[in-house]
Amino acid sequence: MTTASSADHPTRRDFLFVATGAFAAVGGVITLWPFISQMNPDASTIAAGAAIEVDLTPIAEGQDIKVFWRGKPIYISHRTKKQIEEARSVQVSSLPDPQADQARVKEGHDQWLVVIGICTHLGCIPIAHEGNYDGFFCPCHGSQYDSSGRIRQGPAPANLEVPPYQFVSDNKIQIG
Amino acid sequence: MSGPSDYQPTNPVLKWIERRLPIFGLMHSSFVAYPTPRNLNYWWTFGAILSIMLGLQIVTGVILAMHYTPNADLAFKSVESIVRDVNYGWLLRNMHASGGSMFFFAVYVHMFRGLYYGSYKEPREVLWILGVIIYLLMMATGFMGYVLPWGQMSFWGATVITNLFSAIPYVGNSIVTLLWGGYSVGNPTLNRFFSLHYLLPFVIAGVVVLHVWALHVVGQNNPAGVEAKTEKDTVPFTPYATIKDGFGVSCFLLLYAWFIFYMPNYLGDSDNYIVANPGVTPPHIVPEWYYLPFYAILRSIPNKLAGVIAMFSAIIVLVFLPWLDTAKTRSSKYRPLAKQFFWIFVVVCVLLGYLGAQPPEGIYVIAARILTICYFVYFLILLPLLSRIEKPRPIPNSIADDVLAKYGSKSASIAIALALAGALFAGSAQNARAEEQETPPSQKWSFAGPFGKYDRGALQRGLKVYKEVCSNCHALSYIAFRNLADPGGPGYSTAQVAALASEYKIKDGPNDQGEMFDRPGRPADYFPSPFPNDQAARVANGGGLPPDLSLIAKARSYERGFPWFVIDLFSQFQEQGPNYVTALLEGYQKQPAGVTLAEGTYYNKYFPGHAIKMPQPLTNGQVTYDDGSPATLEQYAKDISTFLMWAAEPHMEARKQLGFVVFVCLILFAGLMYFTKKKVWADAH
Repeated sequence: MTTASSADHPTRRDFLFVATGAFAAVGGVITLWPFISQMNPDASTIAAGAAIEVDLTPIAEGQDIKVFWRGKPIYISHRTKKQIEEARSVQVSSLPDPQADQARVKEGHDQWLVVIGICTHLGCIPIAHEGNYDGFFCPCHGSQYDSSGRIRQGPAPANLEVPPYQFVSDNKIQIG
Repeated sequence: MSGPSDYQPTNPVLKWIERRLPIFGLMHSSFVAYPTPRNLNYWWTFGAILSIMLGLQIVTGVILAMHYTPNADLAFKSVESIVRDVNYGWLLRNMHASGGSMFFFAVYVHMFRGLYYGSYKEPREVLWILGVIIYLLMMATGFMGYVLPWGQMSFWGATVITNLFSAIPYVGNSIVTLLWGGYSVGNPTLNRFFSLHYLLPFVIAGVVVLHVWALHVVGQNNPAGVEAKTEKDTVPFTPYATIKDGFGVSCFLLLYAWFIFYMPNYLGDSDNYIVANPGVTPPHIVPEWYYLPFYAILRSIPNKLAGVIAMFSAIIVLVFLPWLDTAKTRSSKYRPLAKQFFWIFVVVCVLLGYLGAQPPEGIYVIAARILTICYFVYFLILLPLLSRIEKPRPIPNSIADDVLAKYGSKSASIAIALALAGALFAGSAQNARAEEQETPPSQKWSFAGPFGKYDRGALQRGLKVYKEVCSNCHALSYIAFRNLADPGGPGYSTAQVAALASEYKIKDGPNDQGEMFDRPGRPADYFPSPFPNDQAARVANGGGLPPDLSLIAKARSYERGFPWFVIDLFSQFQEQGPNYVTALLEGYQKQPAGVTLAEGTYYNKYFPGHAIKMPQPLTNGQVTYDDGSPATLEQYAKDISTFLMWAAEPHMEARKQLGFVVFVCLILFAGLMYFTKKKVWADAH
């Protein structure tokens, strides 16, 4: 009836149909972009996710605080000598997610552990100072982290994430 | 749905599904094999256009709902943050807001087409009535959607329209309270309107399915108004109608894009950029343009209940149209008298729309009364009468005959002209401001026109004027310091912005001691307001509340009048706001003899009513510019107006740039569609 022209003899009509169809298809796909892009964080959310500064002076040895950065809880632990020792005496290769404690803290500030307090299993918040490893215990599915925030036992696949941060002074860090 | 379908899928998977759910056969018979009269003109493409518009409104609406907050305290701000912060939020909001207008424009064309060609006549009565139901649902949806931004027009529109129900005897007030969920329009009202505004489009979609179903049972009407009899009278829906509809849609999208990218505020009301204030009614409450004819009918009748009844009757009368017009001949093409009266009726509707936007006084009321009578006479007297006395011209024997006998396109061009006029009474909404007001002179703005850009120097100088002068009394609370580094803005670097922000003291807290404290500003902070609250601002300013300036360049406007509002649509004039701000700052004068001013007010030539509480804020030499620009009032006014325009419309440059790309692509696409359509239809003729 209409468009059945064989592939051996491409006609001007075929070209027109293909061009129009291609234009519509490409244009349609590109038009989708704003509809998808709008789901990404908006400008105010991004601006609110800027770096924060935290004063460490009030945190006594053996204590920890929880601060929020980008909506995520960040544990800042002032570790005791014992905790540091425990974290460093374990053989790294025996860990589920092998990583040395030194690689998880800033040199010269070994007593400060800064980790994102979100279980790497399914996103629950582990409780500090609980579990068998002097670290964190996640109540949701029983993952246990040690005093370096490394996974030791349970279903979580990876260590607690260390957020980007740096020491602005001995008693102040900037997260982000 | 009907249509001869011999659809047999060959793919085994499709076969398997088809045996259990014959959905492909249904699609095939409805949208591929479905026989469509071969003589349909472009007025018939508006069905497809409406489907596309409904789809687009639902998609953009669902997206906007992801970012919108239906709370009386937060709604206005959340709409602003959609426009300012969400990726492409300005685009989506413009699409949705202009989309509503485009939807109504298309539905009016669709309805007038049905009226002209007698598409409501036997056997299409149910099809027509379903259409009227869709129209009613659209009106309810459009009204509730307009309330959601929670600006002044939203709030007072909601108040006025819900109060229509108070006209009902005995139970009226109880019904209104029920609608409000309170003693006045407030948060509960906003919440339920949001819920219903989300629901109703899907109800519309459901009724559209019924509408299309009914259409496919009785078949499409056509310009000749004779039923398709043989196969020669029809062509298959695909590719013929699909490609034609596709071309119609691509042309319509061009019109739509004009509003999205170049005239986003043309169809809106500047008052809706002022946050809802239950204590102050705007001087003229004007509904959106698509309700204006009915609004004119409502106001033309001096009795409350009668006015409300008349308004609703004006819509309900459409339901009875198939029984009011009993003429056997469908198409007005063959009805010499009906055709003339149809066009007169179109003009009556357009004029009613114009009057709906005018203040209800003097000649306007009398004209509206006469036209209201004309409106009802057309349906209730003329159409029944014409059915009896008119002698129609002979109709063609078949559609094929109609196609062969070439008919003139004169009526079509008249129709286009009138439809355009109809679209343009949109602009008459702007006419409503009939204040005794001097029109501000039009300035030359670098940001005007399709390629307009903000003058960076002017933006930076304007910021300086704001910081040194305006900010003593006026807030700028929707602008964050980070915005000053945004593309299309004053063009500061992030380091400069951080330095500028740190000059400000921002209240933060509570800290560990539970106390609020001041800290230096950060780029993410917003410009702090000069007063802790409105009451403090009033006390400090002799009882007057200095308005927030974030949106002032869009919240202030003035009447352009006929024919300017029509010309503005094509010339893309939308600089009323900055013109007004400039004129106001330069408009301080000694009061003319005979004018008495209240204590604490000053005479300003351009301020509505002339008595302004703000003393002259800017004088020559008050602010020192670093870039050598003249330190004159004229320059200050121009710079601060530019800055405030940017503050109100920070993504204007991106909007116009993307608009250009979209226009080039759409024009190319429409051209391709046109030639494709010609090629496809070459077989049919």
